[in-house]
Amino acid sequence: MELLRATAGWLLDPGHWVGPDGIPTRLEQHVVICVVSLLVAAAIALPIGTFIGHTGRGAFAAVNLANIGRAVPSYAVMVMVLPPALSLSPKYGLDVIPIFTAMTLLAIPPILVNTFAGLRQVDPDLVEAGRGMGMRERQLLLRLELPLALPVVLGGVRTAAVQVVATATLGAELGGGGLGRYIVDGIARQEDDRLLAGVFLVAVLALATEAAFALAARVLTSAGVRRTARVELDAAH
Amino acid sequence: MNGKPLIDWAWVGGHLDDIAMRTVQHLQIALIAIVVGFVISFVLSLWAVRYRRAFAPITGVAGVLYTIPSLALFAALVPITRLSLLTAEIPLVLYSLLILIRNIVAGFDAVPSDVVEAADGMGFSRTGRLWRIELPLAIPLIVAGLRLASVSTIGLVTIAALLGDKFGGLGVFITDGLQTFFPTKVYVGAVLSVGLALVVDLTFVLLQRRLTPWSRAQDAPTGREQHGPSGLAGA
Repeated sequence: MELLRATAGWLLDPGHWVGPDGIPTRLEQHVVICVVSLLVAAAIALPIGTFIGHTGRGAFAAVNLANIGRAVPSYAVMVMVLPPALSLSPKYGLDVIPIFTAMTLLAIPPILVNTFAGLRQVDPDLVEAGRGMGMRERQLLLRLELPLALPVVLGGVRTAAVQVVATATLGAELGGGGLGRYIVDGIARQEDDRLLAGVFLVAVLALATEAAFALAARVLTSAGVRRTARVELDAAH
Repeated sequence: MNGKPLIDWAWVGGHLDDIAMRTVQHLQIALIAIVVGFVISFVLSLWAVRYRRAFAPITGVAGVLYTIPSLALFAALVPITRLSLLTAEIPLVLYSLLILIRNIVAGFDAVPSDVVEAADGMGFSRTGRLWRIELPLAIPLIVAGLRLASVSTIGLVTIAALLGDKFGGLGVFITDGLQTFFPTKVYVGAVLSVGLALVVDLTFVLLQRRLTPWSRAQDAPTGREQHGPSGLAGA
């Protein structure tokens, strides 16, 4: 109880809201790492997942590769990337490149697997109907398959985003910025209020990310798909 | 780096005992967490299947736990549980809950209602139906959840090493290698940790084949069971 009060006090202290170690700066660093690595991961995983889901080619290899990707701990990726990153760029090698690489690799499997699974679960009868109506492959993909797969695809991006937000704290272990700084410094200096404040801030950011994606999924999913999805859900219970 | 070989095999040869000890420790810590996490998840899932209203709050709480950074949860427990095995196990168990509960519930949901009705017609009691009809049919999705949970648990054990060498398993090599600038240790820890995850994953695949011989005919590698994670993601 006293620890909670101390943590609240730490968070409300105006001194912790300014300067290079202030909450706004650390939050910004954290968000930048997450957004950039998610964008790169999406740029890699979405096209590959779409190609596999649409053609059905290479599915076995991609899904298994994604599975192995899940098995590689982010912490290990970060530490393994460190030596080559340092010799590549002494300036960014320590704090930026390792965490960025690890977060990108963390985000690829959920996006890839969900994009693939989302496209695969599109009713083949609908695709046939689209073909019968004279839609070209490109139109089939862009106007029929992707809109129908969108909720599942966005679900994958959401999982990736929440995992990245929570895991990006590890960057501070190598001297990087972001909200993980409070956690790592809190442990090192044995300041439990700083540590718990860091935990609290990261959890809030992760929950906000989750809520933002839930909202985006609702807005972006076409009304027709949303309606059928609800009917299926009702029928299941 | 600089001209030195990436892996110092002499070190590996000289530390086989140490490597074996850490591998076994890694596996033990992960298995305890998976077993405990599964028992808790199974009970909560049965509750959620029977009382549908409990599902949202249960997965809601498990979801919030899932967003707490692992490094932070390990560290936050130190003042409370000190450097005991509990400090490693509690976060691992908590992280496994969301994946396991979503998959177990999805497994029971996937049992066709015709089958349930047929079982009722044959005179099964509610408990008998659960254990002898619904559970076997739910196994593929339950095992899919166990695979995901164990792969992520084995990865997370490496982070426990940041708290000290008492229970970090192979992660201890990664932390030591980082602190002493000795890449060999880092690679040994990382490669064996990934290898361990893959071996456990494969074991579950084989276990499922043994447990559900009837599904082998439909066992096409379409990645359909990969839907487990999107159950996590899409709901």
